[in-house]
Amino acid sequence: MLNRTLAPASKQVNDINFIAPTKQQLANGIQVFTVNVGQQELVRIEFIFENVNYNQNKPLQAVTVNSLINNGTKTLSAKEIAEKVDYYGAFLQTEYGADQTTITLFSLNKHLVAVLPIVKSILNESVFPQQELDIFIQNQKQKLQVNLQKNDFIARKTFANTIFGDTAYGSDISMADYDALKRDDLLTYFKAAFKPANCTIIAAGKFEAKEFDLLNQFFGQEWENNEPSTVNELTYAPVEGGEIYIEKADAVQSAIRMGNLSINRKHQDFPALQILNCLLGGYFGSRLMANIREDKGYTYGIGSGIASLKDAGYFFIATEVGTEVCANALQEIEKEINILKTELVGEEELDLVRNFMLGSMLGSLENAFSHADKFKNIYFSGLDYDYYSKYIHTVKTISAEELKAIANTYLNWNAMTRVVVGKK
Amino acid sequence: MVDFNRFTLANGLKVLVHEDPTTPMAVLNILYDVGARDEEHNKTGFAHLFEHLMFGGSVNIPSYDEPLQRVGGENNAFTSNDITNYYITLPATNIETAFWLESDRMLSLAFSEKSLDTQRNVVMEEFKQRYLNQPYGDVWLKLRPLAYKTHPYQWATIGQDLAQIENAKMEDVKAFFKKHYNPQNAVLVVGGNVKTEEVKKLAEKWFEPIPAGDKYTRNLPKELPQTEARTLTVTANVPLNAIYIAFKMPARIDATYQTYDLMSDILSQGQSSRLYNSLLKEQQLFSDINAYLSSSLDEGLFVVEGKLVTGIDKEVAEKAIWEELNKLTTDLVSDDELTKVKNKSESIMVFAEMNLLDKAMNLAYYELLGDAATLNTEIDKYLAVTAAQIKEVATTTFVKEKSSTLYYLANA
Repeated sequence: MLNRTLAPASKQVNDINFIAPTKQQLANGIQVFTVNVGQQELVRIEFIFENVNYNQNKPLQAVTVNSLINNGTKTLSAKEIAEKVDYYGAFLQTEYGADQTTITLFSLNKHLVAVLPIVKSILNESVFPQQELDIFIQNQKQKLQVNLQKNDFIARKTFANTIFGDTAYGSDISMADYDALKRDDLLTYFKAAFKPANCTIIAAGKFEAKEFDLLNQFFGQEWENNEPSTVNELTYAPVEGGEIYIEKADAVQSAIRMGNLSINRKHQDFPALQILNCLLGGYFGSRLMANIREDKGYTYGIGSGIASLKDAGYFFIATEVGTEVCANALQEIEKEINILKTELVGEEELDLVRNFMLGSMLGSLENAFSHADKFKNIYFSGLDYDYYSKYIHTVKTISAEELKAIANTYLNWNAMTRVVVGKK
Repeated sequence: MVDFNRFTLANGLKVLVHEDPTTPMAVLNILYDVGARDEEHNKTGFAHLFEHLMFGGSVNIPSYDEPLQRVGGENNAFTSNDITNYYITLPATNIETAFWLESDRMLSLAFSEKSLDTQRNVVMEEFKQRYLNQPYGDVWLKLRPLAYKTHPYQWATIGQDLAQIENAKMEDVKAFFKKHYNPQNAVLVVGGNVKTEEVKKLAEKWFEPIPAGDKYTRNLPKELPQTEARTLTVTANVPLNAIYIAFKMPARIDATYQTYDLMSDILSQGQSSRLYNSLLKEQQLFSDINAYLSSSLDEGLFVVEGKLVTGIDKEVAEKAIWEELNKLTTDLVSDDELTKVKNKSESIMVFAEMNLLDKAMNLAYYELLGDAATLNTEIDKYLAVTAAQIKEVATTTFVKEKSSTLYYLANA
């Protein structure tokens, strides 16, 4: 007779294999990192540029250049670019991040030779037509109007601006910032940022010698852009914690976002802090979820995280809760933080978190793209694969005492900026 | 190409196995053939609430999530108007834990009052977060009852209102489980670093002892053909006027489905699409414009929606949408345009094979549609679509008398 009350035997994840990329160089010196695995005849090629020349009076320069870079070049209109990319079943995505701007091409191998020239045109000779800029400004302002009615959007924006001020990480974008966009500024930024010296290429998928030769053919010469630039390097003053309450009279839920400046991946305590974060709010079974969702039913979801940026890290907790239970939810969050600082985590819970995190790491290495993503995490933090060895070692061996010490070093309710948007 | 093996257990549970030795992980995906369309009129939102209760402990195992996390696994689920789908990913060496957990909750739930109390609250907060506390969040709560008058697609998966969720009783929960959560009403897909023989043994061990239960025969009220244009005007505290136009289209299984899908791509897939270029870029009437299908198992919807540029008259904007739709009824799309959307569909399908969970979910869904093997021939149906067929479905679909239009307007 089958005994359904007994769990089947299980094993802790032991081998986690990272596939390090092959490093090559184009003729002009651009570094190319290649993860060549997978059966499907497809590739993902990322052209990554450091954000440069940050000007707090023109906070939208980089993000606008990124959005409009595929909206017209010397030889192709916005519509022609889109039509050609779509015709070959490719995807061209432009992504603006806090530290880097990425132009990503997804393509089947058989169409690569047809789509790379389009990317070349975009990276070399974008012209940012005034008409496209006008449409962009109009539509982005409308999007901002809609977003400003979302409590979680306001909470996120207020939180970032409070801890990072008007830097690239925290700028509080308003309608006026869109109105101030000038085509000439975009062209200047484009010439400074989109050049070989500021570019790293990461390719993943079925990327072999033939594909590398194509890349070299289209991107290995001199490019048109060569204006001087300085990679952003941020400094900011630490802020005192405290509550910021933005009342919305007709809210049925309040958005809560709280946290503080913290360490990033470069710091030796980062893996330990990630484990602590996982316990607190980093997975479905976390203490915040168990208490505030699964026990009290105050929310659909609550979570915490640590973001690692180039020049900073920050810790945050975010949720949306019923307005009538907002005060209770805040109390419970504070309580959970304090428990981590005063009580040792039990061995059973710690074991569970160890296994969960190892399984999660294993599962995050699914295909060529995810191996490339793991590489990006360390490469742009100036680290190597030892980081992951140390991470795995820490997950397997950290003690309850060490976690308590980490909690006391990095979690402090009074030091947190606590934003509440809605009612309480 | 997603290869698979297939067998059926004595109790009627269909099992599919996709072997992928390139990953150290495994996926267990179970699709139950029940969705919001199977709910009773005054008990809407129940299929989704029930999905939450499936995580509240089963007859022999007090916690579902905890033992799974303990072996390095993760899980989630979603409910739609048609189906409820549960999935687990975990290291392949621990696959038996997934069988243990998933089979026990198919056998029977713990039916704990505490879990029902909590999940009622959680789902009500979900309702508020996604539908009430967002600009335009309640659009589908308005559009569905406008487009459907008798079929249960007239309500959204979340339910018609908070009160019906608040009133859910344990006896309803038990009845729903007995009616729908049977082996013969489910498709199980196991994928990843597994062998079919091993999966077969585990399936026989954990799932085969579960009683077959009574077969649920679906008999939903049919929607009568729509013969007059329907409109609804709503004003709300939103910054921009918006228009939503919904047309009836055939069920997912119909032979014209792929034609409709390509037609929606021609209108709105990416920055080369017609609506984007004509209405957003050239005429600058909309700041946001889209066309898409509901892809429903019964008669579905083809939806065009857009947010208007401030100051643009809504009649002007609506007329411009109709002009684009009418073009599809009068002119054949060009070879290049058709090739373009076909190529894009082909790419999307190849890229979908990069992800193990996507493959498992797709196998389960295509098996529900009739045969998982059609997942691998689906692209051929897209490639066979002609310009004349697109013109034909456009002509039968884009008719005022068959449209339901929602004007969602900013408070003055």
